[in-house]
Amino acid sequence: MAECHPVGFQWVMEAKARGARIFHVDPRFTRTSALADRYLPIRAGSDIVLLGALINHVLQNGLDFREYVLAYTNAATIVSADFRDTEDLDGLFSGWDPETATYDPRSWAYAGTDEQPQGEHVEGGRRHAEAAGPESYGAGGAGAHPSPRTDPTLDHPRCVYQILKRHFARYTPELVERLCGIPSAAFAELAEAVTANSGRERTTAWVYSVGWTQHTVGAQYIRTASILQLLLGNMGRPGGGIMALRGHASIQGSTDIPTLFNILPGYLAMPHAHRHDDLNHYLELEGGETGFWGNRRSYLVSLLKAWWGEAATEDNDYCFGHLPRMTGDHGHYTTVMGQIDGTVKGYFVIGENPAVGSSGGRAQRLGLANLDWLVVRDLTLVETATFWRDGPELETGEMRTEDIGTEVFFLPAASHVEKEGTFTNTQRLLQWREKALDPPGDCRSDLWFYYHLGKLVRRRLSDDEIDRPVRELTWDYPEHGAHREPSAEAVLREINGVGPDGRALSSSTQLRADGSTACGCWIYCGVYADEVNQAARRRPRGEQDFVAPEWGWAWPANRRILYNRASADPEGRPWSERKAYVWWDAERGEWTGHDVPDCEIGKPPDYLPPEGARAQDALAGTDPFIMQSDGKGWLYAPSGMADGPMPAHYEPHESPVANILYGQRANPARRTFDRPESPYNRPGPLFPHVLTTYRLTEHHTAGGMSRPLAYLAELQPELFCEMDPRLAARLGLGNGDWATIVTSRTVLEARVLVTGRMRPLRVEGRVIHQIGLPYHWGWGGGGLVTGDVVNDLMPLVLDPNVYIQEGKAMTCDVRPGRRPRGRAMLDLLETYRHG
Amino acid sequence: MPGSGWLARWPVIRQLKGEDPRGSAARSARTDALRPRTERADTVARSVCPYCAVGCGQLVYVQDGRVTQIEGDPDSPISRGRLCPKGSASKQLVTHPGRQTRVLHRRPYGTEWEPLDLDTAMEMIADRVVRTRRETWEQTCEGKVVRRTMGIAGLGGATLDNEENYLMKKLYTALGAIQIENQARI
Repeated sequence: MAECHPVGFQWVMEAKARGARIFHVDPRFTRTSALADRYLPIRAGSDIVLLGALINHVLQNGLDFREYVLAYTNAATIVSADFRDTEDLDGLFSGWDPETATYDPRSWAYAGTDEQPQGEHVEGGRRHAEAAGPESYGAGGAGAHPSPRTDPTLDHPRCVYQILKRHFARYTPELVERLCGIPSAAFAELAEAVTANSGRERTTAWVYSVGWTQHTVGAQYIRTASILQLLLGNMGRPGGGIMALRGHASIQGSTDIPTLFNILPGYLAMPHAHRHDDLNHYLELEGGETGFWGNRRSYLVSLLKAWWGEAATEDNDYCFGHLPRMTGDHGHYTTVMGQIDGTVKGYFVIGENPAVGSSGGRAQRLGLANLDWLVVRDLTLVETATFWRDGPELETGEMRTEDIGTEVFFLPAASHVEKEGTFTNTQRLLQWREKALDPPGDCRSDLWFYYHLGKLVRRRLSDDEIDRPVRELTWDYPEHGAHREPSAEAVLREINGVGPDGRALSSSTQLRADGSTACGCWIYCGVYADEVNQAARRRPRGEQDFVAPEWGWAWPANRRILYNRASADPEGRPWSERKAYVWWDAERGEWTGHDVPDCEIGKPPDYLPPEGARAQDALAGTDPFIMQSDGKGWLYAPSGMADGPMPAHYEPHESPVANILYGQRANPARRTFDRPESPYNRPGPLFPHVLTTYRLTEHHTAGGMSRPLAYLAELQPELFCEMDPRLAARLGLGNGDWATIVTSRTVLEARVLVTGRMRPLRVEGRVIHQIGLPYHWGWGGGGLVTGDVVNDLMPLVLDPNVYIQEGKAMTCDVRPGRRPRGRAMLDLLETYRHG
Repeated sequence: MPGSGWLARWPVIRQLKGEDPRGSAARSARTDALRPRTERADTVARSVCPYCAVGCGQLVYVQDGRVTQIEGDPDSPISRGRLCPKGSASKQLVTHPGRQTRVLHRRPYGTEWEPLDLDTAMEMIADRVVRTRRETWEQTCEGKVVRRTMGIAGLGGATLDNEENYLMKKLYTALGAIQIENQARI
């Protein structure tokens, strides 16, 4: 965090100054480790063992926050008798279909809900999983029975609490020592600190980044942390939570308003040809009827009204048929395979640089070279725009410029100071940027590009039926200045939504399913409340309290801590004065506190839903997790995950050690690409080391925004690999020497940094060396400094829930000296692939 | 050695003579006359750092149509005026000489970039979108209506504004392009 989110890290240091203890778990020692109370080196790819052992420690010793757990989680819920655990099936859960390599989640359901199956339980999991369906749970949870059978004594052998206890029983401190390389004494100190610092008076927070997500079990890493935090009562409370530190200025925003294949704005799933026939059918399958997600008809109809305006009517399903349909995985890496196969003809790359930034870059470049046309918009000539004249495949002879038929348009982009608009930061906070000046030359905002491209396309339309969705699209925004820049505020206002009177809405609870409201993204409804750009609010921090509600605007409803109903006890009183955040004011009959309460403001804590209630009316006054159909935090996920209702430790796709827990070595549901462009390292002595990658403070991702800057290029001028002294000595390498790193994907060279920051770990009785590589370099990109492309080393293997690649744990070999050039490099690679 | 002439007032001499080397000894008539360039700015825009997702506040100073400085916004409850090395260097991001400001075009099988007028480029891109969409249109797939094109794909968005992502998703979806992805996947 100190390296990659340095200014955010000041708050960790503030907490430390006030007595907080900081533990840092990471394969390499960083500036964060230097400032933490304890540093725990860990083998990359083994975190579920560590987190699972913490869960086991809590459960075996009865250290859970019982009152919180009983009231706010599904610990007491009874699970179907059909469910079988990984402990029973040697690493598989029940429902596994080896033919399709997917799970049918029906047996994971709550008991006694057969008569009322919901969502994935109706149709099995395959279609849902193939389209990375779990991603749609970014706002609302998967469907489940709203009031399942429970056993508040937690004694029932099939209640979630007991299932969890059995599931994690083998995740012991000894296992942590064997698989993570963390000594038992260090684990004991961590376990003691985390549990002692949780409860009524205290809370513990976890912070993670892509070190947790870029794995074939990435989503389950987060699930494991969620289970631990729910057991300890650390969710929805100040100082608690699981903080995702995201790495791009608006990467949260680009998920909320997604340029992603499988979701629409506000985490509504893209329709699937085989799952959704029409609007009603879609709504039926996409979640439960209870909890706030039960209002999804209003959210979707309002979105369709925002896009197709007058053309969207009740009679035509509000133009639901205008939405194109998925039939499976249309994600980034599958799209690249489509480019190689020739089905994808045209490609827009906007502020991204996949030739350097995506895993297995060679496949990316093969795809780019097989397009009809490519449009790249960026600040500099990134490698994705120039691969045809200077890509690494030209040096090896795999490509020749004269043979590449791709037509390339490079359009220069406006910088962040040359346009106005909002970024959504890592805490869901939208901040409006004022425009400082006009962009130079041909540089334009991406808003300008898409708006004017849309206008030019619409001028070319015919009366043909296939053109109707574009013809009928609402596409009329005020234009400003000589460049005819469309108004970003008008777009933000459309995102916010308007009511029947044409006025800006102030809350998503005002959205209607009858077509009388229009709203481009329901979770952002309120950002333009009272016709005021709330994201532009800048009340100085000295003039407001620690929550700072008048700086920018956070979704949803300007709430700064999600699920904050859980910061009060079931009766609505703060768990302790020290941790008071929101509470029930009986006198005024409403919730109040430091933040916007994350519940219905007038719903008393003793409210019980009547039989048959739907949407928010079905949530009890004690239910804090209002987007879940049962209002509970899920220790066990009866649906929603593609790879199991609970996390289990699987080794990375490429690992130097076996899985001693299960016969099933790696995540059975992980997505692989069985093609020549996607080779994998074979197990065995050819690839003996663990490779992990990371960022440096002084650079940004593929380097397009940092390598061309003189200050940053000087601060970190050259690619290097971090290596422990024992391995360096064995290879005869000294500080500053060259080393060659090899995977079955490519061969690259880097300067050697011999350092105790990378510690060899004793895992399963043998010493494992970990190699660390920052990934900011490329051959061009306008960089004042250049270097080999680290992401080229990565395998194309994905988490099955969200299709993120495993970029943080793989195997490699290291050889002394520089890499061979040209044909000789391919020859060396061949020996590793087949030797 | 002169006692009070220009040489005695030379900061190096005063520092050697033992005065506080970072304080009074470093002062001269010239340094006393120096003013921060932020004071001379014509306008100051309240902005946000474009690198990671912490969302540090930035103040962008503009003078004579040029960005002259970017500093941390002390009012921000997120960053309290601080910026990391990248954020501190972001004036260079906007002003560095390697920044491309003109449209470039590479013909199929071409060996060099060629200049292209922005309006012409936009017309050419619109032509290609319409043509590729028509040529690759899929009305049905596996017996189901899909009304889409698998011929056009897009990547990008995590560095862009919400408003930009919104127009992108809206236009792509209306066109039937579904292979739309961004860095959040990666």
